[in-house]
Amino acid sequence: MQLVAAIGAKTLQGLEAFGRFWVFAFQTQRLLVADLPRARLWREVMPQFYEVGNRTLPVIMITGMFVGLVLAIQSFDQLYAAGFEERMGVLVNLTLVKELGPVLAGVMLAGRVGGALTAELGTMNVTEQLDAMRVMGSDPIRHLVVPRFLACLLLAPLLTFFCDLVGAFAGWLIAVQLKGVPSEPYWYYTADATEVWDVLVGFIKSVGFGGTIGLIACYKGFPCRAGAAGVGRACTESFVAAFIAILAIDFFLATSLQGLYNALYGFKPLIQGGG
Amino acid sequence: MTDQIQQATVRPGGEAGANAAPVIELIDVYKSFGRLEVLRGVDLVLHPRETTVIIGESGVGKSVVLKHIVGLLRPDRGEVRYHGRSIGEMNAGELARLRMNFGFLFQLGALFDSLTVAENVGFPLVEQGRRSRAEIERVVTEKLRMVGLDGIQSKRPADLSGGQRKRVALARAIALDPEIILYDEPTTGLDPVRADVINELILKLRREIDATGIVVTHDMASANKVADRILMLHEGKFIFDGTSREIAEAGDERIRRFIEGRASEKDLRSLRQES
Repeated sequence: MQLVAAIGAKTLQGLEAFGRFWVFAFQTQRLLVADLPRARLWREVMPQFYEVGNRTLPVIMITGMFVGLVLAIQSFDQLYAAGFEERMGVLVNLTLVKELGPVLAGVMLAGRVGGALTAELGTMNVTEQLDAMRVMGSDPIRHLVVPRFLACLLLAPLLTFFCDLVGAFAGWLIAVQLKGVPSEPYWYYTADATEVWDVLVGFIKSVGFGGTIGLIACYKGFPCRAGAAGVGRACTESFVAAFIAILAIDFFLATSLQGLYNALYGFKPLIQGGG
Repeated sequence: MTDQIQQATVRPGGEAGANAAPVIELIDVYKSFGRLEVLRGVDLVLHPRETTVIIGESGVGKSVVLKHIVGLLRPDRGEVRYHGRSIGEMNAGELARLRMNFGFLFQLGALFDSLTVAENVGFPLVEQGRRSRAEIERVVTEKLRMVGLDGIQSKRPADLSGGQRKRVALARAIALDPEIILYDEPTTGLDPVRADVINELILKLRREIDATGIVVTHDMASANKVADRILMLHEGKFIFDGTSREIAEAGDERIRRFIEGRASEKDLRSLRQES
């Protein structure tokens, strides 16, 4: 009986937290829409662009590079054995653009920026800076969350683009320079198989990941408890929640966008026999 | 609704002290955090231009009382009124406007780390949105001069000493010439000399901007220096309400122990057992 009560209490707590998150997300969207034409928002966003973009770019590019290298290394032998090595670019670049680029850039963003945002806002909460804003008639969601959320939302696709770019170059380096695959057919088949739709799928995913990371990171910072342990716990919770959300959103978008593509254009096989 | 608030926020002229209509009323306020019952039916009436000091042991709920006054916390039961108007009935916009009438000095200052001293002091003025940049600059200089710190406008909070941070926070709290100033442990963490500077500032501000003051402290030297009236909070209720002379003559053992800084017999017994 106690177990049932404990499970019930935990479920209620979870639902309550989920509800609070959506209220927080709704308030953020409402204030974002209201403030978009205001110059003050864009002044507040600029430092966040620097934090999110400039400081994350190197780790994102390193991530992209290793993803491209590993994809090329792991796919070459099998494709070579089947006589499909010239089409290696299709596998490497499509995987990068549609899946691994956005997901891994999102994960790096959640680790690098999400944790920092949670720690920053958590520390502000602990040191009563959020209360100080409220007492001065100011809304912390408007001045702290909206600029950070917007920076994550807008920069995630750009960071993903750089991740893809470096990954594609790294894959080409392994395939062409190391394994001797001819460069021209490598790019020809890549261009042939990659549609605007595929790039759009990666773009949509990255926007979803960026916005979600920004929201979760800020939301987790707001109720942060005092002390190093409190801030540390909030950062961990923020990263774990953002990571799970990225995977869940990825699954949801992959399923729905694939279904939409098939309904609009029909199924398209990537690799057809022959050569 | 808005008109009512604007009307209510006009300072009542003429009468001062206990004969005037109350500025703030707490009526039978209860507040718990989880299972911890902090306030158990607190009644409090604050009159204009009086400096009321709330004393009590650490963790007894003094800051909780302050946060109820500005609507940062809502009572579980009971009511908080500002010029007769229930704060609980106000919407977010009305509450934000109401808070412009308060200055709040937080225990740790709660200065915004990312802003300069000038930006911190000017923050409520920018939020108010009624003044030009030049006017804000002039007010910032004037307020910093009032706390004896003109010339440090471009410094960051991290570059200031504990006492300077409190004084800058005080300059920010008075930036809008508030009707009521709330001081949360203004002398905590300061040496006796710097603590006395803060006490002198509280007296100076009372003379110069004619504000109602509410000071929460456990520093009896500070309480005796600045108080027109002293209240003692103990186990969720006020157990004393009088002047500093009256509290010095109080016979209640709980009050005597606090003002003389004596540990209770119960605490001493537990210490003897431990050793």
